[in-house]
Amino acid sequence: MSSDFAIDVRGLNKSFHGRRVVKDVALQVRPGEIFGFLGPNGSGKTTSIRMMCGLLTPDSGEGTCLGYDIVKEAALIKRQVGYMTQKFSYWEDLTIRENLDFIARVYGMNDRREAVDRALEDLGLSARANQLTGSLSGGWKQRLALAACLLHRPKLLLLDEPTAGVDPTARRDFWEELHRLAATGISVLVSTHYMDEAERCHKLAYIAYGKLLANGTAEEIVAAQGLHTWAVRGANLGGLTEALRAKPGVEQTVAFGSAIHASGKDEALLERSLREAASGFQIEPIETGLEDVFIYLMNRSEDNFGGAA
Amino acid sequence: MKAAIDGFCFSRWWSMVRKEFLQLRRDRVTFAMIVGLPIMQLILFGYAINTDPKHLPTAVVMADDSDLTRSLVSVMEQTGYFQITRTMPDEASAKEALRRGEVQFVLNIPADFTREVLRGHRPAVLLEADASDPSATGNSLAAVPSLVQQVAVRDLKGPYAALAGGQAPFDILPQRLYNPEGLTQVNIVPGLMGVILTMTMVMMTGLAITRERERGTMENLLATPVKPIEVMTGKIVPYIAIGLIQATLILVAALLIFSVPVHGSLTALYAAALIFIAANLSVGITLSSLAQNQLQAVQLAFFYFLPNILLSGFMFPFRGMPGWAQAIGSALPLTHFNRLIRGILLKGNGWGDLWTESWPMLLFAAIVMTVAVKFYRKTLD
Ligand SMILES: Nc1ncnc2c1ncn2[C@@H]1O[C@H](COP(=O)(O)OP(=O)(O)O)[C@@H](O)[C@H]1O
Ligand SMILES: [Mg+2]
Repeated sequence: MSSDFAIDVRGLNKSFHGRRVVKDVALQVRPGEIFGFLGPNGSGKTTSIRMMCGLLTPDSGEGTCLGYDIVKEAALIKRQVGYMTQKFSYWEDLTIRENLDFIARVYGMNDRREAVDRALEDLGLSARANQLTGSLSGGWKQRLALAACLLHRPKLLLLDEPTAGVDPTARRDFWEELHRLAATGISVLVSTHYMDEAERCHKLAYIAYGKLLANGTAEEIVAAQGLHTWAVRGANLGGLTEALRAKPGVEQTVAFGSAIHASGKDEALLERSLREAASGFQIEPIETGLEDVFIYLMNRSEDNFGGAA
Repeated sequence: MKAAIDGFCFSRWWSMVRKEFLQLRRDRVTFAMIVGLPIMQLILFGYAINTDPKHLPTAVVMADDSDLTRSLVSVMEQTGYFQITRTMPDEASAKEALRRGEVQFVLNIPADFTREVLRGHRPAVLLEADASDPSATGNSLAAVPSLVQQVAVRDLKGPYAALAGGQAPFDILPQRLYNPEGLTQVNIVPGLMGVILTMTMVMMTGLAITRERERGTMENLLATPVKPIEVMTGKIVPYIAIGLIQATLILVAALLIFSVPVHGSLTALYAAALIFIAANLSVGITLSSLAQNQLQAVQLAFFYFLPNILLSGFMFPFRGMPGWAQAIGSALPLTHFNRLIRGILLKGNGWGDLWTESWPMLLFAAIVMTVAVKFYRKTLD
């Protein structure tokens, strides 16, 4: 391999109809790492993933995936990558077994029968193998899709919002499975909207309006923004948000059910403002969370790029 | 290693073919279309659409009721073209029925007709025709001149025999080569094979490929090692089989139901059908490369059908078309296939005559395929 990374791309750009939807994206994913790819809808996650596995040609940029050039050696990348599309993309008019069998054939697997049988067993779908795929529920489709893209034993998984619309139990099982896979040395790039999932990734990248705004471990990302956060608790928090917002040093407020998180970069100014505006409420400094940071990043990116995009 | 990955891989291609057959087997609507379309068209064109219509409704205004006039009416009915549905009191009401389209013809027998005939004054009988569709009345009117002679011979006997002029009545019935009975089916049904193949081949391949794109499964396919060429060719194989089944279906119906003769070589006919199917599949693939979704594929397919049906000699005689229409028609595979199949079935042509009409179809397929390959997207760009 020409690179120590499972994914190593730099300066990726892509425009559709003159609109740049991915801007200078650079990512590095190590072997055995679960890398979370976060960002609001339309921020360019899917487009970036497609460029990494050769489904889209970048307008500019370069890099490797499993050591192969993403532009020139896309065919080689495809053999060793498992790509799970955002939208379920197996054939609903084929049975579960036929879908798996087709994938196994396409990858030219020698032990096709055994591989399909084992996948069905692992899935717990052996009894329903001859059922049409279209009749499966969302959670089952997601499990089938994961099993199908693992069938040819890829070294890298690219998962595009794999848990969208899946219930919490199934999501938890899914993440257990991802960690098991990562432990065997498989690298995983997974895009998601869920904060709890972000916290289960080894590394994270946050993208908005096509631009990477943060990159690193959760701690690094939180630290990099230099935000200080206080929690405000008490009865009747409803009207308080407006009052807090108006104060200097309070750059962001986020309502969290029983508390409001108020964040700002200037610690002293933030504290003074809170003591003035929230007298009568219970206030205390807390650790800035990933969610506070992502909301902060998104709001800031809206101010910076939202108008131009 | 690299060569194996970049080149065409038979087993990968075969997995694609298998998948198509599996999906096709479950697609009831498509299946119904494969069998239903030929049957529906055979019934429509073979039975319902008749360009030599008979038993056309005719009204008679009988101002003079005699043996002679009754005989004239009955001889008219015997031609098969006219069916007397009404007897009208006067010309005005008969004309009104004609205007409303209730009758195709009005036969006006004037008062004193018989007396005038017997006096040798050669009176006229007016036959008014609704000629808004000339092809509907053309043959009927052509049969009229001989009627007078027949009536004359039949009814003007004894002292009046001299009035018949003693001449033997002569027929002006049109003579039709290769189809002596003038049956429209014999011409239409072979032409239907090409029309039906055009419809199913173009439409179905167009749909099959855009469906993958529309459902998002194309993204999945492109992410696997399957080559675009394997996807394309793998997807069309089942349709070649379908095309041959349809051709056989139509051929059997032509022979058994419509008594179309087979004077030429059947193997040459199947060879011609294969070339024609290939040309149509290339159109289907090209449409699917251009269309963004299934609806667009259907619209593009209809856009392709129209000149094919109108300008290929299927609907209208090719020689009757203006030069520009003939030029367009000559570029279309259906025109050549129609000539081939009519030649083989009706005129007894065989292998020797295949090439003259085959090369334009092959040229067409080659050009269209080049366009398809140029437009086919290997990525999602
Ligand atoms: N094939 C395409 N053609 C045109 N625009 C596209 C295409 N794919 C994505 N886009 C646009 O690019 C932007 C980023 O989309 P996407 O990468 O799907 O974002 P995400 O996956 O983060 O939601 C969106 O505004 C989307 O409309
Ligand atoms: Mg997306």
